[in-house]
Amino acid sequence: MDERTATPIGEEMQPPRARKPITVIEARPGWRALDFREAFAYRELLYVLAARDLKVRYKQTALGAAWALLQPLTMMIVLSIVFGRLAGVPSDGAPYPVFAIAGLLPWTFFANVAPTAGNSLVVSAHILTKVYFPRLLIPLSTAGAPLVDFAISALLLVAMLAWSHIGFHWSQLAAPFFVLGAMITALGVGVLLSALTVAYRDFRHIVPFLIQFWMFASPVAYPVALVPAEWRWLYFLNPMAGMIDGFRHALIGTPLDLWGVALSSTSALVIFCVGLAYFARVERRFADIA
Amino acid sequence: MRMTRRGGTAIRAEGVSKRYRIGKTAPAYHTLRDALAAAAAAPFARLRGRPPAPQGDTAFWALRDVSFEIAEGEIVGVVGRNGAGKSTLLKILSRITDPTEGRVTIEGRVASLLEVGTGFHSELTGRENVFLNGSILGMRRADIAKRFDAIVDFAEIERFIDTPVKHYSSGMHMRLAFAVAAHLEPDILVVDEVLAVGDARFQQKCLGKIDEVSRRGGRTVLLVSHNLAAVKSLATSGLVLDRGRLVLQGGVDEAIAAYGRLQQDGATGAEERDWGAGAHTRIRSVEMIGPDGPTRIYLPGTPLRLRILLDTDGTPGLSVDVFLTNALRARIALWSMHHFDAMSLPTEPGSYELTIEAAPIFLASGHYCVDVATAVTMVNWDHQVHEAIEFETPFSNVGGGSWDFKQSFGYGFVALPSIAPPRLTKLGERAD
Repeated sequence: MDERTATPIGEEMQPPRARKPITVIEARPGWRALDFREAFAYRELLYVLAARDLKVRYKQTALGAAWALLQPLTMMIVLSIVFGRLAGVPSDGAPYPVFAIAGLLPWTFFANVAPTAGNSLVVSAHILTKVYFPRLLIPLSTAGAPLVDFAISALLLVAMLAWSHIGFHWSQLAAPFFVLGAMITALGVGVLLSALTVAYRDFRHIVPFLIQFWMFASPVAYPVALVPAEWRWLYFLNPMAGMIDGFRHALIGTPLDLWGVALSSTSALVIFCVGLAYFARVERRFADIA
Repeated sequence: MRMTRRGGTAIRAEGVSKRYRIGKTAPAYHTLRDALAAAAAAPFARLRGRPPAPQGDTAFWALRDVSFEIAEGEIVGVVGRNGAGKSTLLKILSRITDPTEGRVTIEGRVASLLEVGTGFHSELTGRENVFLNGSILGMRRADIAKRFDAIVDFAEIERFIDTPVKHYSSGMHMRLAFAVAAHLEPDILVVDEVLAVGDARFQQKCLGKIDEVSRRGGRTVLLVSHNLAAVKSLATSGLVLDRGRLVLQGGVDEAIAAYGRLQQDGATGAEERDWGAGAHTRIRSVEMIGPDGPTRIYLPGTPLRLRILLDTDGTPGLSVDVFLTNALRARIALWSMHHFDAMSLPTEPGSYELTIEAAPIFLASGHYCVDVATAVTMVNWDHQVHEAIEFETPFSNVGGGSWDFKQSFGYGFVALPSIAPPRLTKLGERAD
């Protein structure tokens, strides 16, 4: 007993530690701000979680990362046949397959991230109830693997651009901005859904339907030009409308509704902030109800 | 009350309470439909004053008004029966859940080990899982890389470190998980029952590691364990919880004794039970008596005291025998009124209280029962009560230290401690 309280000697001696952080734990009901400083301190975990998803994603699959190409490729073919050929949907002057793939890329990214992020807390319940770290990292980290998929499937887009003789243009450098916009939208929606799904499992059933519906409300298979002008403002409240339209414009030079993009960007930021705020409000209850 | 000494207090809990909602109507809103209905009703509820508080019958206080202070460098064993609130307390201290009332102030970085291997992914290799698990527990990648070899070495799985964890045996899985946790270097370490797993040898290694971690640099450790031997050998002080309330904060021995008394409260041993009767006698009740009254805990090396209430019709030549049985219900020890003490029951009919004090024995830790029987001496049994009471020897460490001699090891049931140091006398050179 007595030796335990003795001062450690020799190599076990440690320099006096710097000021230790003080943590106060108490009930904090209601709305409050997210602790961004803390989330930043855990940024390595964000990377590790994303790397985990990426490593696991195509393990024990025969085709591996080729799946990242196959998904948008098959969708492009189906859309080209059904909408391009059979329905004769216009494509703003570009060949329909190129038009379609330029819309499918950001859309597929969104449709991969939002539901996965939405389900992420429920799936990680075993971690939530056992260890503390900023919970926000769980939904945020789900964007990592789809982002890599996006980069792989971008090869398909490059091939399609070359096939249709669309050369390099400076405007193409703006494309990443719209990918970022799609990511903010997907994470905003995903973070909101993740918090909602923990409390109300109904959302597990709502989300697949929601994503399906959302695709028809976005200019993936058809151009914005088909939407009546007087309803455009409503249409662009869907952030993905502006992001897809902008991405396509940047790459293949289809017409761009600048006001629409501005409206969509604002809407994306609002959704993101609402998602974070709601998340921060219910975060502390996760471990009790997950 | 407030401690101002710099670096004095590691953890201060003030009036900490935690309420859970239980029962059929339990989780406040389980489905969206309920939430929408409640949201619609809420404005009206607010008009009438505060939002409605949860009903008493569905609210359950896992912790109630718990206050304590833990000094830096203390190793605190948290003990209590199932449902006492131990795990809830650790969850609050490790920030997994918020208290409903009260506050906790913590000085220093906390790492909690409520389950080893949290976040292990079965598809990933051991190496990948070390980084994943370490990061989840709050280690930096650079720190993990620095300690990687030590972790693998501790876990004893060098050969399999690049094999997916799903091919590991449960023992390997557990060893790797604990190895990561053991190499965390927080200011405050919160450990829940993780020592219950693994084989005896590795368990010992883990205990040693916790001891080493806590001694070095004066780290504060909070330890929940049913392994009282571990608590006794590691902890410098103890917290006893019962039904959500703090019963005692004090020394380790004090805490273990208090825990023993709680065990007794929960049992029904003191009550008279109907065990039937023999032709001449009736055994009414059997109790084990500890230093503080009735108990269900027997500490090795202490006198074994029993109190038996019985009736006799006064027939001459009646006597009492008591057997201890092990967990397999095999009889391992005998106390005999007739054979050891040359006594018989009184010839005057009536109810009697028989108090027995047997010499100390060094039982292995585990569960035991007491069989009591009366006999017409050397002729036939009169009233036999099998498993009259059950008791537990929570730990058995004859030589001190943290090795727990368990009945379940199969090394026997009774330790044979030396009463003098063993002597070795050299007789000559090796003869071969």
